Amino acid sequence: MSKTVLIADDEPNIVISLEFLLRQAGYRVVVAQDGEDALEAIRRETPDLVLLDVMLPRLSGFDVCQKIRENPDWRDMRVLMLTAKGREVEVSKGLALGADAYITKPFSTQELLAEIESHLGRQ
Amino acid sequence: MRPRVRLALWLLALIVLLAGLLALAGGFVWVDLDTVERAALTELVSGRGMLLVVLGVLVLVPFGVLVRQWLVSYPEAVIRLREDVDIMHRAHPEHRVALTGGSDMRRLGEAVNAFAEAHCALQREVKSRIEEANARLEQEKNRLAALMSELSQSVLMCNSEGRILLYNGSASQLLEPQAGGPARAPVGLGRSIFGILDQRLIVHALERIRQRLRQNCQDPAAHFVTARGDYLLRAQMAPLLDHQGEFIGFVLILEDITREVALDSRRDALLQQLTEGTRAALGNIRAAAETMERFPEMDPGHRRRFGEVISDEAQRLSRHLEQALSRHADLLHPQWLLEDMLATDLMVALQRSFAAVGITTRYSSDNSPYQESNDSLWLNLDSYSLVQAMTQLMATLADALDIREVTIDVAADGHFARLSIGWQGPAPEPEHLHEWEQRPFRAVAEGPAASSLREVLESHGGEIWCQGDTVAGYSRLCLQLPATRSEVQIPAPERGQGRPVYYDFDLFNQPGQSTELDDRPLRELTYTVFDTETTGLSPSEGDEIISIGAVRIVNGRVLVQECFEQLVDPHRQVPRESQMIHGLTPQMLSGQPDITEVLPLFQRFAEDTILVAHNAAFDMRFLQLKESQSGTRFIQPVLDTLLLSALVQPAEGHSLEQIAARLGVQVVGRHTALGDAMVTGHVLLKLIPLLEERGVHTLKQAREASRNTAYAKLEY
Repeated sequence: MSKTVLIADDEPNIVISLEFLLRQAGYRVVVAQDGEDALEAIRRETPDLVLLDVMLPRLSGFDVCQKIRENPDWRDMRVLMLTAKGREVEVSKGLALGADAYITKPFSTQELLAEIESHLGRQ
Repeated sequence: MRPRVRLALWLLALIVLLAGLLALAGGFVWVDLDTVERAALTELVSGRGMLLVVLGVLVLVPFGVLVRQWLVSYPEAVIRLREDVDIMHRAHPEHRVALTGGSDMRRLGEAVNAFAEAHCALQREVKSRIEEANARLEQEKNRLAALMSELSQSVLMCNSEGRILLYNGSASQLLEPQAGGPARAPVGLGRSIFGILDQRLIVHALERIRQRLRQNCQDPAAHFVTARGDYLLRAQMAPLLDHQGEFIGFVLILEDITREVALDSRRDALLQQLTEGTRAALGNIRAAAETMERFPEMDPGHRRRFGEVISDEAQRLSRHLEQALSRHADLLHPQWLLEDMLATDLMVALQRSFAAVGITTRYSSDNSPYQESNDSLWLNLDSYSLVQAMTQLMATLADALDIREVTIDVAADGHFARLSIGWQGPAPEPEHLHEWEQRPFRAVAEGPAASSLREVLESHGGEIWCQGDTVAGYSRLCLQLPATRSEVQIPAPERGQGRPVYYDFDLFNQPGQSTELDDRPLRELTYTVFDTETTGLSPSEGDEIISIGAVRIVNGRVLVQECFEQLVDPHRQVPRESQMIHGLTPQMLSGQPDITEVLPLFQRFAEDTILVAHNAAFDMRFLQLKESQSGTRFIQPVLDTLLLSALVQPAEGHSLEQIAARLGVQVVGRHTALGDAMVTGHVLLKLIPLLEERGVHTLKQAREASRNTAYAKLEY
């Protein structure tokens, strides 16, 4: 069974590319528009990996990440944070909250895919 | 007892004694005689009584004369000598002893006079040395004052208790209390810095300095930032140490960083906008582009949607960039090299410089540089480089096209100022102009960097082009420069009159003023001398204060630069007869602050000082009636120059004019609150030595003595 990836981002312009690329790479893709929506989808789908934007409406990416790490059932879930903020303090906050990687926009889609694969391949 | 009387009494006593002794001797002889001899003696004397008296006088008178001579030569001369020496010693050093009495006494007098002469010479010598040293010191102080007054930073020097010893004009301006703001004291000599800046900040900074001094730190200065109303101040605090390294005070250097901080935060915002603001859009474009590239066989529906994403995000990015640039364009050029200059002043500078290369410049008729409408057109530029580069270009143009005379004018065009230089004749070929623009010129005579007009224009965000009108046979060179926004203009600080730096280093030695004031000498106290103008003479019947004026006296000097002057809106009519006295009309008073706003400011001005007024009971009554309304209480000691004057010269008149005339105080600005306060202040200074002569030295003595004068019984 193919792995499930949740894309949590409120910008349709990035979601369209990510969704297309991940589908092509053979993943099952679920999309969430905001933080609450993302948590809901995580509960429902238990994805293998979450692509989490930091600047989400309603519940920020940091908050979502924190909730994922608080739930032992989701211990194996991989979290990749995406952000348009490149400040070091935010990177370290994301990693401290338990994100597996922190990727700053703009990024190379190829590298992103490789990163996703490396995280999912290890399981 | 006067010497002459004493001499006479001595003489009389000696004669009586002598006469008594003679009588006693006669008595003994009489007792020794027997009856026969007594009868014989009686017979011998009787009838010759007159002769005996004459004989007695003949014996006593020469004796008296001799004794008197002796008394005059010695004891009396000694007394005179003592008195003369006393005068020389205590009152008049130039006085000399009179040479009287015996020759020994005269010689003694001469010796005393010689000694006094030597002493006087020595004193004159010492005095002239002191004057010389003082003059040198004064000169150094003046140099310091000149230096400080030119500093744009505000400088305050305080002793270890936080009393201000020195400040410059910039400090007094920066720290001026603001109406409506927290009640802060104004800057003044001898005032506590804690009443001016937040005490906790200063104490904390002092603690850090002391800590660093203990650790022998190289740079013990402390820094802090504090807000003051709308201003943000950065303070640097450095310790003052005496020759033994003991902490005796500190220097505060304050800088208004409001504008700097605003500029910094705008620059930050711009940077953020240009970096973080573009990340998301770039990310979207890149992802979409890479996806399209990776899957060239994508179906048309997806292909179209990715195309839309790219164009959509590209537009968003463009808008974003445009917005950021238009909002913050002025931040992109280094401003510290540039100065604010009126566009019309640039025209004048160009005209002068063109004249030097043989080109006559006229202003177009409707655009004289002195026209008012151009007064507001400001440029931000390095005028020297720009003028040099433009002059070189004009000289080249003039050579190539034979131009002898140009017309110059300037006009505002949106955010720009456009300077046009016109002449009769053709315009240069564009490629020539481009080439001339690139030609280097030397910006500064000895400077290493030769730059071109193009570089200068780029650093200014300006442009240049030529336009020709072949029909009219007229061409012009246009120079376009960004006009400065009005908010960037900062008004030059106003210079107050008089010496702009105020110092009193004697305050270093000032003991704490919070201690009991009563036993302190009058000379050493700090006073606030004030006066009020009122609508009438009956405060309890609704008369109100309409003006308060005050000056400070610190270390025996009236500080004319540190005065308080404020009109007050009485919210009632001002009787015509009172207007005749103070000259304040209702129009002048309406709109002035309320007494409840003014008294807290005055209270801060007068804190820690002795209040002084002429007929103080009257003014104090007005202040006291407002206590509950304004929330102020003036509980410090009060002295009244009227009572002090009555104490010194009970029989004379005691109006302020009368006292001033008697004490030689020049009266200026009578019947303005500040003018009267000044006169009263000088009167107080003249009264203090006169009070001391009468044994009144301390504040306590002055208050008690005042209470006992007849005038103190008056009440309002």
